[in-house]
Amino acid sequence: MNKSSGAPPVQEPILEISDLRRYFPVRNVIGRRVGWLKALDDVSFDVASGETLAVVGESGCGKSTLGKTIMGIHRSMAGTIRFQGQEIGTMRAAERREVGGRLQYVYQDPGASLDPRWKIHRSLHEPLIIHGGLRRAEREERVRDILHAVGLPATHADLYPHELSGGQQRRVGLARILTLHPSLVILDEPTSGLDVSVQATVLKLFRSLQQRFSLTYLFISHDLSVVRMMCDRVAVMYLGRIVEIGQTEAIFQNPKHPYTQSLLAAIPRIGEKRVTEDFWLEGEPPDAVNLPSGCRFRNRCPRAAAVCAETEPALAKTGAAEHAAACHFAA
Amino acid sequence: MNTTELLDIQDLVVGFATDRGVAAVLDHVNLTIRQGEVMGLVGESGCGKTTLARAILGVLPQPAAKIGGGRVLFQGEDLLTVDPVSVNRLVRGRKITFIPQDPYGAFNPLFRVGTQIMELMKWNSPRVTAQELETSTRVPALLQRYPRDRYRADKAAVIDILNSVQIPEPEKAMEKLPHEFSGGQRQRLMIAMAFLPQPDLIIADEPTTALDVTIQAQILRLLRDMVSRQNISVLFTTHDMGTAHEICDHITVMYAGQEMETAPTTRFFAQPAHPYTVRLLESLPNRDREIREIGGEIPVLTEVPSGCRFHPRCSVASDVCRRDRPDEVLVADGHAVRCHHPVEPGAAS
Repeated sequence: MNKSSGAPPVQEPILEISDLRRYFPVRNVIGRRVGWLKALDDVSFDVASGETLAVVGESGCGKSTLGKTIMGIHRSMAGTIRFQGQEIGTMRAAERREVGGRLQYVYQDPGASLDPRWKIHRSLHEPLIIHGGLRRAEREERVRDILHAVGLPATHADLYPHELSGGQQRRVGLARILTLHPSLVILDEPTSGLDVSVQATVLKLFRSLQQRFSLTYLFISHDLSVVRMMCDRVAVMYLGRIVEIGQTEAIFQNPKHPYTQSLLAAIPRIGEKRVTEDFWLEGEPPDAVNLPSGCRFRNRCPRAAAVCAETEPALAKTGAAEHAAACHFAA
Repeated sequence: MNTTELLDIQDLVVGFATDRGVAAVLDHVNLTIRQGEVMGLVGESGCGKTTLARAILGVLPQPAAKIGGGRVLFQGEDLLTVDPVSVNRLVRGRKITFIPQDPYGAFNPLFRVGTQIMELMKWNSPRVTAQELETSTRVPALLQRYPRDRYRADKAAVIDILNSVQIPEPEKAMEKLPHEFSGGQRQRLMIAMAFLPQPDLIIADEPTTALDVTIQAQILRLLRDMVSRQNISVLFTTHDMGTAHEICDHITVMYAGQEMETAPTTRFFAQPAHPYTVRLLESLPNRDREIREIGGEIPVLTEVPSGCRFHPRCSVASDVCRRDRPDEVLVADGHAVRCHHPVEPGAAS
């Protein structure tokens, strides 16, 4: 639990995903399967201990399915998920519970998962009771520490959720996840729908908690400017595949995949020329049930050639170390 | 650009009755929109931007909302005092149209898109004659027919506009049900419907919030092209500064029911004069990876601070800020700020 915080990566991976696959059946009116929705199609990557890896992409690209499959909410259909050296993708529910405490998932609004009829105190004790092993006095101490760490006075333990503001509820929701001292936290769209000033407060809290508890974050988001500020590495997903992965600055300054380039080109840059004046990406992502042959992006890609329709490009290293893109023309 | 004032809101006060007392949602708000201008209304949730948009449309939730004073002058007429029936018939949905935030909820899922668009055109087509308008108040709606030749002309106009919002194969698209379109396509349909009555003002309430960033860029580009081609004014509310930067000519920032600052877009981002604007822009994600928060929380609108509502969170607040709401000060051409201690240009902390 006491891993050195801060300076990422070059450490043993805490999470190793290889060829992870999760399809959802598409059924017709009488319940017969007529196709597969490929939410995760042979996804592989590692997360180093102590780092923050962003998974970005537009809605429907499979980024939330990825987080939920790692958590065991969806079962994987193929591939392996190794967490701290242990294969967890094929575990039974009972074994899985052991891991549960060290691997935690934060929904968009963690405050919304508090029971309105429970005092904060009870909500914070519940995970400790389920995962067992602590005496009452130890639990009390742990809860007090956690409340302090998320910036709430200890007296708030005696309040009900409705007596707190939205921001404080959010802090309690996070505290609840942290009482178990997880090593890897999956944050699923943690800032979507927040105002910028609230967002700044939340991000600051994530950062201080990461340092204090040596957390590793898997940061699922569609907001690229937040990702740039918070994450060490970025994985870009498009229709169930990782199309590019690398160090944050490498991706932002020198994106190799045309899809990544278009995503970055769409972010408004305040104080500079309007990006919509020469935004070039046309169309919308194709139906995930009927993917085009070869490269999934070719229908919208300005560089698409004959080879793109024939073979699907694999994720391959480009010039810089640790920077890989799945494109035939990634130079 | 023509500089006549299309919409002029003066000292508008709106309160909402709640269990905990009256929430002062709009406190003496002033806002001016000129012909052909895209005015951005930015601010955090609960700052009153949606209430302001709804007050202009005259669709505030009743009976909770009470208008406590002020005027909403649209083309010189006060919409709050003229006969509601004539506002309904002549202004709302015709001279002022609306683009909603949620393109999923705005269509009836059971009717074809074409049916719903033609229903709009039956009542609000720019080709409705004065005589039809006159009968529309006397005869029950169900008994009124849609004249054949106007239907044909309207349908041609609809197909035309669906083409210009880049809906592929408009004739076929009109036969489809709303769920057969993606979110981006549905928002294109909403934009088309807002333009069809040939309005003077479009109120767009966070129209791109529900969309992905690449689709948002496409929609913003489309909206700006269409607006500038037809010289229509837009009131564009958003909480996203980047979106406001992309589409607006002027930006007004609101905080807790008070408008704080109005400036041309470039100047708004380069030389903000209100401490709140400065802090708000600083809290945006930036390249140097440092997170700056404003500190404190947005006030509860039933117990608002006196004077300038930002004073409890403001670093330069003084006694006068706690006592009086500042008047509007013009710091440059088109740049007005309501602050007792505006930030000097170049001295932004």
